[in-house]
Amino acid sequence: MDKRPKILLADDEPDLLDMYREILAQLPSRPEIHTAPSGARVIAMLEAEPFDLLICDLKMPKMDGLQVLAIVRRKHPRLRTVALTAEQDEQYRSRAYALGVDLFWHKPGSEQETKMFLECIESLLGRETEGGFRGMQSKSLVDIIQLECISQSSSVLRITNSLLTGKIWIQGGELVDAEADELRGEAAFQRILSWKAGNFEMLPAEPSRPRTIFRSYNAVLLESAQALDESRGAVTAEGASQPSASPLARLSQLEGVEFVLAMKPGEKGYQVARGLENPERMAAWARQTLERFRLLGDRLGAGPLEQIEGFGPQRHVALACQDETEFCVGWKHSLTSDEVRDMMKKLLALWAS
Amino acid sequence: MGLLNFFAKPAPALLRLPSGSFTVDREGAVLTGTLPSSFPAGLIKDISLQVRTAFGEAAKAQLPLAELIINYPSLKICARELRGGAIVFLSPKAPSSPASQS
Repeated sequence: MDKRPKILLADDEPDLLDMYREILAQLPSRPEIHTAPSGARVIAMLEAEPFDLLICDLKMPKMDGLQVLAIVRRKHPRLRTVALTAEQDEQYRSRAYALGVDLFWHKPGSEQETKMFLECIESLLGRETEGGFRGMQSKSLVDIIQLECISQSSSVLRITNSLLTGKIWIQGGELVDAEADELRGEAAFQRILSWKAGNFEMLPAEPSRPRTIFRSYNAVLLESAQALDESRGAVTAEGASQPSASPLARLSQLEGVEFVLAMKPGEKGYQVARGLENPERMAAWARQTLERFRLLGDRLGAGPLEQIEGFGPQRHVALACQDETEFCVGWKHSLTSDEVRDMMKKLLALWAS
Repeated sequence: MGLLNFFAKPAPALLRLPSGSFTVDREGAVLTGTLPSSFPAGLIKDISLQVRTAFGEAAKAQLPLAELIINYPSLKICARELRGGAIVFLSPKAPSSPASQS
């Protein structure tokens, strides 16, 4: 309960570090404050011990704050980060948020700004320790639907999983309709429940929505859960003779795919779906290229590498990382660059689901 | 307001993501470019090295490529192969919005 949060403050100016330390010491959560005079020191300290929050100045010599934050976001994705700067250029705000920082703040120049800054920092620290509304995200979709139905609510849940979108209509605590891709009703509901992750938002109720689901929410949820268990069981049974072949094979059935290579970062092995004459060399190239451009992104402060697309006379290829898996996907050379990009998004969304 | 002056410090300016292009030959020498002179030459060399290596290694893996597009949240690098060298386009992107998924 009385565990004090730990803040790491990074700035190359010792005077400023001292001043921030004093300011932050006023926080109600009484945080432990550690300081680092350079980007390299920040990386080393984060490797050595866990922190709850990093407050990083952007303008530092050698490794600037954006470079530090790019590395930190990749290596410690759960760490809360605040970019602090005296720069007025809005480009840095966009870039900092593109890196995934929690807060971008111009260095406080008045008492009132300092007060607001402290409130934001306290709120960030609080979000780390308190359950609150954040806990909602750790609930499964089934929990959320049950909560809505038990409380007799009326709402529309929109669930997105990368490119896939689904909607569930709830009226007066009853499941009324669902929609996902081309599916409607219970089939759509089951499809949405099969997605492993995603975001949801509550939209206003639509009382005029025609009803396609007529059974109680409990019956539909139970049947969906059983169907899901059975399909997972089937995959496991197949996997006993051919480990993890099914999910990759599913990806390779997408239109335009010539091959799919899946690799785990830091491991030598790979899985391949569909014919590929030289998977070792292709996997080695994909790994090296992803790593090379990841590091280049850090040096440029451009943010985490999203995707690489290569276009050639024989075939196109796209490289990306999703859920701790690196993908190298070969595409037919008849596809345009936009089509490769769209299909790659779809493929990654399928993998995520 | 005096506090603001106190925060100003003479550290080197932050790196701005450049918009422009440059060409390099197969040896890595920059032939032409429209990038601002403030963009460090070392980073141009770094980009060209990574791009040329990616093209070269892809060809060795029997995957000849004519174009590479590298996407970061705030920058897009588009490189076209030119007989062992490359023409590289850099375009900063405006991120859509603060992604606060917490």
